[in-house]
Amino acid sequence: MALDQSQATAPGTLGRPPVRVPEFFAPARLLAGLWRYLPLVLLALAWEAATRLGVISPAELPALDKVGSAWWGLLAGGDLGDNTFISLSRAVAGLAAAIALGVPLGVMMAWSKPVRTVFNPIVQAFYPMPKSALIPVVVLWLGFGSASKILMIFIGCMLPITLSAFNGARGTDQVLIWSARSLGASRLATLTQVVLPGALPEILAGIRTAIAFAFVLLVSTELIVARHGLGYMIGWLGDGGVYDAMFAVVLTVAALGFLADRSFLLLMKRVLRWRE
Amino acid sequence: MRQGANRIVAAPAQIVIDRVSHTYRPARGRPVLALDNVSLEVRDREFVALLGPSGCGKSTLLYLIGGFLPVEAGAIRVDDRPIAGPGPDRGIVFQHFALFPWKTVRQNILYGLEKQGMASEERQRRAREFIDLVGLTGFEDSYPAQLSGGMKQRAAIARTLAIDPHILLMDEPFGALDAQTRNLMQVELLRIWQRSRKTVIFVTHDVQEAVLLAERIAVMSARPGHIKEIVEARFDKEDPGLTRSQPFVEMVDHVWNLVRGEAILAQRSGAG
Ligand SMILES: Nc1ncnc2c1ncn2[C@@H]1O[C@H](COP(=O)(O)OP(=O)(O)OP(=O)(O)O)[C@@H](O)[C@H]1O
Ligand SMILES: [Mg+2]
Repeated sequence: MALDQSQATAPGTLGRPPVRVPEFFAPARLLAGLWRYLPLVLLALAWEAATRLGVISPAELPALDKVGSAWWGLLAGGDLGDNTFISLSRAVAGLAAAIALGVPLGVMMAWSKPVRTVFNPIVQAFYPMPKSALIPVVVLWLGFGSASKILMIFIGCMLPITLSAFNGARGTDQVLIWSARSLGASRLATLTQVVLPGALPEILAGIRTAIAFAFVLLVSTELIVARHGLGYMIGWLGDGGVYDAMFAVVLTVAALGFLADRSFLLLMKRVLRWRE
Repeated sequence: MRQGANRIVAAPAQIVIDRVSHTYRPARGRPVLALDNVSLEVRDREFVALLGPSGCGKSTLLYLIGGFLPVEAGAIRVDDRPIAGPGPDRGIVFQHFALFPWKTVRQNILYGLEKQGMASEERQRRAREFIDLVGLTGFEDSYPAQLSGGMKQRAAIARTLAIDPHILLMDEPFGALDAQTRNLMQVELLRIWQRSRKTVIFVTHDVQEAVLLAERIAVMSARPGHIKEIVEARFDKEDPGLTRSQPFVEMVDHVWNLVRGEAILAQRSGAG
C-alpha cells in the first residue's frame, strides 16, 4: 500500500505512474531533463567565459550575452519571426510532399516485384548522392523563391523515407498477412491494414532522419540563393559583419531543429505505444 | 499410403489430401523436402489430431490446407473444390499466435468480425463473449506485447473462434499454456466442437491431449513427413474418469511408442 502511494507521487521511477501527470510539470522529470542537458549549459558557460577572458577575440566569436541581446532585437523587429515562418513553411511543404510520395512508393516497392524492379536501382543510385550538389540546377529551374527550396527538401527527404518504408514493408511478418487473409481480408486490405502499420516504426524512424535532412537542405539552399528565410538571414548578416546577430540566427536554427526532433520523438512514442 | 481411402463410403470426406508433397525453396541454401506424399482424408465434423516429431511438416500441412502455400505436387480438395487461397471458412490458430501487435486484444478480435461484415453492436457483443471464453476479461485493452505467451495464445484462439469457421486448423494451440489453463481450454474446445460441430485438425506434441481430444490421430514420420499411421481414438469424452481408464491409458501408451520411434529418427537426421 505504502509502496503504491510512493509510486503514484514519483513518476518515472519504477513502472508507470498510475495517474498521467502532464509531462512538463512533473518535478522529477523536469530535474532529470535539466541534468541530461547539463553539458549543454556547461558549453554555454565556457563560451561566455572564453569571450570575457579574451581567450577568443569578439570578432571571431561574439560573447553569448551579446548574441542574446541581438536575438532579442531581431525578434522585436519582427525579422526573426517572419523569416522563421517562411523557412518552416518551406520545410513542412517539402517534407509533406516527400512523405506523401515516399511512403506509398516504398510500400509498393516491397509489395510488387515490377515496381521494385523499376525503382530499386534508381533509389539505390540516388540515395548516397550529396543532394546539395543539385542546388544550382534546382534554382536554375525554379528561381529564387520558395519553390526551389521546397523541391530541394523534397528531393533530400524523399529517398530516406522511401527506403525506410521499403525496408519496413519488406520486413512484414508473413504470418501476419496470412492471419489477415484467413480472417477474410482481401489482398489489397492487407496492404493498408497489415503491411503499412507493420512498417510504421521504420517509416517514422525514416521521417525523423528526413527532418534532420530538411533543416540541412533548407539552410544551405537559402544561404546560397534566397531573398527570405533563416539561411538567407545568416548569409546576409555574416556578409554585413553583424556577427552577434548572425550567431543569434544560427542558434535559432539549431534550437528549431532540436525542437522539431524532440516533438517528433514524442509523437513517435505516442503512435508506437503498442511496442513497449 | 491412402489409409483413409476405404472410409469414403461411410461419410463423405470434407478435406481430401491426396499424395501431397511440398518442397521449400529458400532464396539461399538448398531446397528442403518438407512433406513427402502425404495422403489424409478428414470427414465433415471430424476431429483429427496431427502428431509427429519437430520439423516433420505439420505446420506446412496446415499452411497448405489454409491456402497460404500453393499446392505444387498432389492435390488438396476442401468440400470437393481445390483450394484457392486463404479464406474465413478455414480458421487457423498459428503456432506463434500471429496477433497484430498494433491492435489490442479486443481490436484483434474485432478485426476478423469486421471482415465478416457483422454489425457493430453484434461485433462488440461477440468479442466480449470470446474474450470471456478464453479468460482474458480485464485484458481487452492490452497490446500483445503486454501479454504473456499463454495469454497471447488464448487471444489468438479467441480471434479465430469468434469468426466461427467451419474448419478449424490449430497449430499447437495450447503449447504455451500451463497445465491448468490447458485443461480448461481443452474442455472448452471440446464443448465448442460438440456444439457447433466443426471439422478440426489439431497439431500437438502432447500424446495424451491428442488421444483425449481427437477421434483419429495421424502420426507423421520424421522429415520428410508422411503419414505413418492413423489411429482411431473414439472414447466417451464426457466420461470424467476417462484419462484414468484402462483403454485410454493403453491408447496413450500405444501412440507414444509410435511417436517416440520417429522422434529418435528425427533427432539423428536433424544432426546431419
Ligand atoms: N520457410 C521455410 N524455408 C525453408 N525450409 C522451411 C521453411 N519452413 C519450414 N521449413 C522446413 O520444413 C520442415 C517442416 O517444417 P514445419 O514447420 O512444417 O515443421 P513442424 O512439423 O511444424 O515442426 P514443429 O513441430 O517444430 O513446429 C522443417 O524441416 C523446416 O526446416
Ligand atoms: Mg510447426
